[in-house]
Amino acid sequence: MSSLTVTDEQASATPAKVIQPAWVRIMHWINALAMILMIMSGWQIYNASPLFDFRFSRDITLGGWLGGALLWHFAAMWLLMINGLAYLITGFATGRFRKKLLPITPSGVLHDVRAALTFKLGHDDLTVYNYVQRLLYAGIIVVGVLIVLSGLSMWKPVQLYYLVMLFGDYPTARYVHFFCMAAICAFLVIHVLLALLVPKSLRAMIIGR
Amino acid sequence: MAKRSFLIPGVDKRLLIKDSIKTMPDLTRRRFIAGGASLGAVTLLTGCDVIDSSSAEEMLKSVSKFNDAVQDFIFNPDALAPTFPESAITKPFPFNAYYDLDDAPDVDGDDWKLEVRGLVDNKKSWTLAELYKLPQVTQITRHICVEGWSAIGSWTGTPLRDFLKLIGADTRAKYVWFQCADKDGYNSPLDMRSALHPQTQMTFKYANEILPRAYGFPMKIRVPTKLGFKNPKYVVSMEVTNDYKGGYWEDQGYNSFSGS
Repeated sequence: MSSLTVTDEQASATPAKVIQPAWVRIMHWINALAMILMIMSGWQIYNASPLFDFRFSRDITLGGWLGGALLWHFAAMWLLMINGLAYLITGFATGRFRKKLLPITPSGVLHDVRAALTFKLGHDDLTVYNYVQRLLYAGIIVVGVLIVLSGLSMWKPVQLYYLVMLFGDYPTARYVHFFCMAAICAFLVIHVLLALLVPKSLRAMIIGR
Repeated sequence: MAKRSFLIPGVDKRLLIKDSIKTMPDLTRRRFIAGGASLGAVTLLTGCDVIDSSSAEEMLKSVSKFNDAVQDFIFNPDALAPTFPESAITKPFPFNAYYDLDDAPDVDGDDWKLEVRGLVDNKKSWTLAELYKLPQVTQITRHICVEGWSAIGSWTGTPLRDFLKLIGADTRAKYVWFQCADKDGYNSPLDMRSALHPQTQMTFKYANEILPRAYGFPMKIRVPTKLGFKNPKYVVSMEVTNDYKGGYWEDQGYNSFSGS
C-alpha cells in the first residue's frame, strides 16, 4: 500500500488513464462561466429589492443596473440551462452518475469527512471519488436543478404556474432561488479550496489526465 | 516628424465637438455594459470582439429579442393569472414609480379624456363618465414588479378586449400603445394577444373605491400576465398600431415582452 507502488504503476502505464473525459471538462468550464455570469447578475437583480437587510457590493455585480443585469441573467440562463440539461442527459446515459456518485452511505461520508478534516484523505486514485466528493457533487446537481426550476417559476409565474405550485407560491420561489444561490456559493468556496489543495485534480479537469 | 493638426482650418471647434458628441455612446443606455464586457465571457460565447463593448451590448440586445420571441411562443392566451381571496390582499398596496408620490400626475377627472387613435373604426375620445358606464368586473391578482417584489391587489374595471371590440379596433394589429400623463411621457407597448387576454383590464377602481392617485387615477391598464412596468398608470391615450414605438423602460433595456 505504499505510494511508491502507485507511482510505479502510473509510470509504466502509457499513456496515463483519462480521469475526466472531454465532455465532462467542456461542460464543467461552460458551467463555471454560466454560473459566474448568473451569480453576478443575480446579485445586481437582488439589490433592486433585497430580501434581507444587506446588498451586494457593486464591485462584484454585473450589468451596472437592474435592466442591464436582467439582460445578462436572461442571456446566461440559456447557457446554464442547455449545458446543464446536456450534462444531466449524458451523465445518466453514460452511467457516469451511477458509477462515480453512488453509493453514498452515511458511514462512508462520516469516515471521509473525518479524514478530510485531519488531512488524511487519500487522493492517489482520482478516478474514484471519495464520499465527501460524492455528497458534494450529487448535492450540487440537485441544487442546480432546484435553482433552475425556482428561476423559471419566477420568470413565468403565470405560464408555468404548476412550477410555482411546486414551491408553494411566488414569494417562496424567490427565497428558494436565493438559498440555492447561497448553497452554490458555499459549494464554490469549498470546491475551489479542495481543488487548490489537490492541484492534480485541477490539471485533470483541464487536460483530462 | 511634424505634428499634424487635428483641426481643419475654418471649422468651428465648438460645432465639431458638438457633432462628435452625437456619435458617442449615450451613457445612460450603456450603463448595463459596465463590468460585463471585460470578463471575456462574450468572446467565448460569440467569438466577437469585446474590446469594443458595443458588441457585448448588441449580443445582449439580440438575446433579449430572442427572449421576446420565446415568451410570445410560450404565451397561452387562455392561461389565467392566479386569483386570490380578499384576505390575501397586501395592505397597504405599495405605491411604486420612478418619482415620489408628490410628483405623480394629478389628473382632473372632469377634464380628462381618453384619446383613441390608430387602427380603430371609432376614434372618438371618451370621458370618464362615459367609461364608468361600461360593464365592469373585479379581480384580485398578484402584481409582480420587475424588481422581484410582488403585492396582491383588487382591481375593478372593463376588460380591455371588450373596449377594443366596442371601438372597432383591428385586433390583427400587433400592439396597443399606451401614453400616460407622467411628465416624462411614460408610454408602453402591449402586444395584441396580451391586450386581448381575458384578465387585461381598463382599471377604474382599487379595492372598490375610485382609483387613487397613487395607483394611476383616473385609469390604469392592469395586465396580470405582465410585469408591473407593463401596467401603465394615468393613461391618456391608446393607439392600435403595427409599429413598435418603444416604451419608457423598454427603451432603457427592459425586455419588451416581459410576460409573467
